[in-house]
Amino acid sequence: MSLANSPRHEILLPVKGWFIMLSLIIALLLNLVPLTGAARTLQPDFVALVMLYWFINEPQRVGISMAFWMGLFMDLGNASTFGQHALGYSVMAFMALVFHHRVGIFDGYKQSPQIGLVLLSGQIVILLAGLFAGSPFPGWNFFLGSIVGMLLWPLLSAILRVPQKPWSASDAR
Amino acid sequence: MIEIAPRFFRHSPSLLARTAFFVMLSLLLMALDSRFKYLSGVREVFSVIVYPLQKLAHVPMSMYDAASELFQHSEIAEENVYLRQQHLVDKGQLLRLRALEAENTQLRKLLNAAQRLENKAAVAEILRVPHDPFNRKVLLDKGSRSGIEPGQVVVDDIGVVGQVTRNYPLASEVTLLTDRDHSVPVQVVRNGLRSVVSGTGREGTLELRYMAINTDIQEGDVLVTSGIDGVYPSGLPVAVVSQIERNPDYIFARITCTPVSGVSQNRQLLILSTQVPRAGTPAEATKMKPRPRKREDNVAR
Repeated sequence: MSLANSPRHEILLPVKGWFIMLSLIIALLLNLVPLTGAARTLQPDFVALVMLYWFINEPQRVGISMAFWMGLFMDLGNASTFGQHALGYSVMAFMALVFHHRVGIFDGYKQSPQIGLVLLSGQIVILLAGLFAGSPFPGWNFFLGSIVGMLLWPLLSAILRVPQKPWSASDAR
Repeated sequence: MIEIAPRFFRHSPSLLARTAFFVMLSLLLMALDSRFKYLSGVREVFSVIVYPLQKLAHVPMSMYDAASELFQHSEIAEENVYLRQQHLVDKGQLLRLRALEAENTQLRKLLNAAQRLENKAAVAEILRVPHDPFNRKVLLDKGSRSGIEPGQVVVDDIGVVGQVTRNYPLASEVTLLTDRDHSVPVQVVRNGLRSVVSGTGREGTLELRYMAINTDIQEGDVLVTSGIDGVYPSGLPVAVVSQIERNPDYIFARITCTPVSGVSQNRQLLILSTQVPRAGTPAEATKMKPRPRKREDNVAR
C-alpha cells in the first residue's frame, strides 16, 4: 500500500528521447537568463539538475558524453575556459551513475540531500579547475547555487515525471 | 528495445573508463584553450549554436521592458521633456566642442603633431553577464558581422568598461576592467602622473601596482586613460582612487581604485572603433623574428 502511494514506485511510461533533449535545452535556456545581483548568486545550475534527474532515473538512456557536451555549451555561454564545466559535469555524471541505485530507493524530497552532495562536489571540481587555471577564489556564496538546486530538486523531479505518467492512472484517481 | 545481438558481444567500456576518458578530454581542452589558444574555430561553431538560445533567454527581459514602457507613458513624457532640455544643453556644448576641435586641429597642424583621429562608435546591448565568478566578462549582441574586432574599446556613458577580446559572427566577448588579466594605461587628472591600472578579478576593485610609497597620489583622484598604448583613446575616465595604504615596510604602496563605469547599471554599451595607427604589439613584434612558439603566446596573453 505504502509502496503504491510513493511516487518512486509508480509504473511509468518509457521516456521519449525528444523529451530528454527538450528538458536539457530548456535547462540551458534557464541557465542563460541574464540575471544580476542576488538573483545571480542564488541561480541554481539547472542543466546539472536536469542531467542528474536523467542519470538517476534513466541511466540507460543517457551517457557521460551528454554531460560532456552540455558542459562545453555552458563553458561557451559563460565565456570560461573550454572544458571547465565539461569536467565538472562529467564527474557529476559519474557520481550519479554510481549512486543511482541507492538514490532510487528514496523518493522526492528524501533524495535532496544526496543530490545536494553531488551538486556540491561538481561545483568543487569546477572551482578547482578554475583555481588551477589561475582564477581567484570567488567567495563562499559561490556554493549557494548548489543549496538552492538541492531545495528545488523535489519540484523539478515532479515536473520531469509528469509526461511519463500513464494516462489511465490519473483517470482512476 | 529488442536486443538482437547477444549481450556478451555488446560490452561497452566500463563506467570508470568512460569517465576517465571524458575527464582527460576536458583537461586536454582546458590546457589547449588556456595555454595555446587553438580552439577559436571550435568556439565559433559552438557560439553559432548557442546564439539563438541566448537570444531566446533574453526574450523575457525585453518583453518586461516593452511591458513596462507601455505602462509608463507619463514617465516617458517627463523623461522626454528632460531629454529635450538636456539635448539643448548638450548641443550648445557640442558647438563649443566643434569650435575647440577645429582650433585644436589647427594648432596641432601648426605644431606639426600627429592628428587625433575621430572615433566611430557602435551601440551594443549586453546579451549576457555570465553566471561565472571566475572571469569578468560580458557578451554583447554585435559581432564580426557588424564590424566588431578584438581590441576595440567598450565604454558606457560614464567611462571605460573594458575591451573586446573575442569576436564571434553575431556576438562579441568583452573583458571588463576588473578582469584579472586586464590592464589599462592611465593618467592621474590632478597631476598627470602616468601608471597602469590592473583588474583584481573581484567586482568593483582595481589596483595601481608598483607605485612607490611616496608617490603623489590621493584618495579621490580621478584616473583617465593616457592613450599611450594606442588601444584606448586618451581622456576616458577609468577609475577613482578609493583607498591608499602606505606601509613603510614595503617598497610599493597598496592603491585600490573603483571603476567609474558600472556594467550592472546599464544594458547598452558603446563600442568605439579607434583607428589610431598603432605601433605593433609585442606579440606582433616577436612574430616577425623567428622565436620559439611558447614565448610568443606568453607575450600575447
